Amino acid sequence: MSGSLNITSATADPALLDLPWHLPLDAWPNENIAALPKGISRHLVRFAHLSGRVVAIKETTSEMAKREYEMLRTLQGLEIPCVEPLAVITNRSDVDGEPLNSVLVTRHLKFSLPYRALYSQTLRPDTATRLVDALAALLVRVHMVGLFWGDVSLSNTLFRRDAGAFAAYLVDAETGQLYTGGLSNGQRENDLEIARVNIAGELMDLEAGGRVADELDPINVSNGIVAAYRLLWKELTGSESFSSNERWRITERVERLNDLGFDIEELTIKTDETGTTVRIQPKVVDAGHHQRRLLRLTGLDAEENQARRLLNDLDSYRASYGGEDADEEMLAHEWLVRVFEPVVRAIPRDLKGKLEPAEVFHQLLDHRWFMAQNQGHDVPLAEAVTSYVQDVLRHRRDEATVIDPPTGSLTMPIPVVSGTSGEPDPAADPTSDDEDWRLKV
Amino acid sequence: MATVTFDKATRLYPGSTRPAVDQLELDVSDGEFLVLVGPSGCGKSTSLRMLAGLEEVNDGNIFIGERNVTDVPPKDRDIAMVFQNYALYPHMTVAENMGFALKIAGINKDERAARVLEAAKLLDLEPYLSRKPKALSGGQRQRVAMGRAIVRQPQVFLMDEPLSNLDAKLRVQTRTQIASLQRRLGVTTVYVTHDQTEALTMGDRIAVLKDGVLQQVGSPRDLYAKPNNVFVAGFIGSPAMNLLAADTVDGGIRFGTSTIPVQRDTLAAASGSQVTIGIRPEDIVMSSTQGDGLSVSVDLVEELGADGYLYGHSEIEGKRTDIVARVDGRSHPNAGETVYLTATPNHLHVFNSESGERLGGAVTD
Repeated sequence: MSGSLNITSATADPALLDLPWHLPLDAWPNENIAALPKGISRHLVRFAHLSGRVVAIKETTSEMAKREYEMLRTLQGLEIPCVEPLAVITNRSDVDGEPLNSVLVTRHLKFSLPYRALYSQTLRPDTATRLVDALAALLVRVHMVGLFWGDVSLSNTLFRRDAGAFAAYLVDAETGQLYTGGLSNGQRENDLEIARVNIAGELMDLEAGGRVADELDPINVSNGIVAAYRLLWKELTGSESFSSNERWRITERVERLNDLGFDIEELTIKTDETGTTVRIQPKVVDAGHHQRRLLRLTGLDAEENQARRLLNDLDSYRASYGGEDADEEMLAHEWLVRVFEPVVRAIPRDLKGKLEPAEVFHQLLDHRWFMAQNQGHDVPLAEAVTSYVQDVLRHRRDEATVIDPPTGSLTMPIPVVSGTSGEPDPAADPTSDDEDWRLKV
Repeated sequence: MATVTFDKATRLYPGSTRPAVDQLELDVSDGEFLVLVGPSGCGKSTSLRMLAGLEEVNDGNIFIGERNVTDVPPKDRDIAMVFQNYALYPHMTVAENMGFALKIAGINKDERAARVLEAAKLLDLEPYLSRKPKALSGGQRQRVAMGRAIVRQPQVFLMDEPLSNLDAKLRVQTRTQIASLQRRLGVTTVYVTHDQTEALTMGDRIAVLKDGVLQQVGSPRDLYAKPNNVFVAGFIGSPAMNLLAADTVDGGIRFGTSTIPVQRDTLAAASGSQVTIGIRPEDIVMSSTQGDGLSVSVDLVEELGADGYLYGHSEIEGKRTDIVARVDGRSHPNAGETVYLTATPNHLHVFNSESGERLGGAVTD
């Protein structure tokens, strides 16, 4: 039984002991299991309730569980957006003393969505493209800290809404390998190729299940990651040369990176011997340019694009109400108390689980703009909030912890070795043997 | 199919003074199963990643067939990393799961169907091609994942410790499956492991690396019977070969109170009167005459049924030296006893005591 359980955890939640570790994960009773959607996984992954939160539990070998736990902790330290590892549990055995697989426990990322939960009927090309763009941005950040991911895919990523775009979080670090000296071009190219093939496969699978819009071409969308990645990589790491009387181009480069959401921590500037040409190259860049400014001014923690949106509103507030030499921080506080917080308070309690506050604020700004367009004049904030809550927010599903589609139908564990588990289930696919497979290959 | 050639290939990591792989020269024949083996940090995985294009080659070249691929991006090298983490897609049939990467590569439908069928036959998956993965057994699912690599018909398969996460029993099963599949496919394969047993049982040839330097390459039998140096001698074989300091005497080498006969030129090659001798546990016998041979105190006997291993120690030149010998599983000395051991002369290995290089063997060497 659980007497010899071995739990490694930085947070050590005693409630971990109450979960039924003596049962194989696929036999856990419903009362423990939280139904959440997930991607395609090689290992069995299920969601469970723990101390009022939801955790993801992955059954795997003890070496892999420990390795991934350490890797996720390292990535957190490097400020890579990823899931939070909670514990590794080894030495499991069932009631007869037969050994059970070890598990990795991670915290479910609130308001995050797997790609399969990001559409209601079918996945549209523009949504797919925004997912791929978010994944490209994550891959660039991951590569900049020297991580070779090894299994880049939509399934190994979680997405949070981010003011019309998505923010991507790394979920599966099992295959990851950190190189302190940075990655070679070959390693980056290989990850990119893995991403391209996996994304195409995932979209083709949705297509086979009738879940993508007719006009979506999986290969076309998946090729998009290569272009998006290269563009961002070049902007963040590429060097450029110009004549020394064009120094404004240094400022321009910094501003371009700020617009992309990055701050330059270190920039090398070199002049040639004659002093007529300048070459610049960013050495250290940090993601989260707008996030940091918003946090500094208001204490609000939001995704990058949400932060940009909130800051825009804050800046226009300052332009309207601040004088020439008004203090930026004073006005930010005023905006927080007079604009942002009243909106958040106006969301009825039963609708709080629909969207994150920053995302609500972003959508509200859009809604207010559309109302103004229709009515031909500015709409007061209070009126826009009432209309948004009644006409938009109330009709959305809760996304704090999405409940549909259920976990089980999407889990496809491949045991690493033959003949040990996963008995065939011909009833799962009764007539298929008679079909001509050539039609579909 | 193709040969693989490492031509003085070197990898030096930035900031490091010693190369991770130092002037590796290695030829892999067409269709061969070559295993790179060595302790952690020996450069085996780095060598494989250099071949895959994941690691920069600072000096030298790498060829696949006649083509110099040193500066070719990974995806254009026509190689497949097998057992990369393939997931199966639940809504796609087995045939689609195996063939979709060909679709991405722009290969036409007839060709895709032909390749999928061929791979399915090899993997005994033909009856299941129109099924969904859910209707397959665990082993069949695993084979579908392998099929994804096979349909690409790469020139070379690369495998980096594919069995490292399995328990001992499954590891034995799977290594047999991989080896037999490789032989049926006939695709040149480079396989990395730290486990010398895996290397001995799977490879046509084995390349042993240490500190980035190739120590020896040869068939499992070559490496076992004629190790080039003390490192290979100690690394290949389990339990490991006994490596002992010994003195040369006229016509042979002193082993306790007895002399093991050794060829004259082997003795002549020794730089002084000191050599290192290597004797595998199975080449040590209990002396028939008490007092003849090396005196060994028995610490433990591990019984394995028909055979057993005696773990003991002896004083050699004033130093306590551990000795392992294979003994009869049913009649053997017990812990605490002192026994006299001798070596079967025709399996003795003699090494230079300073450089560790092989000087020769016994009279039959």
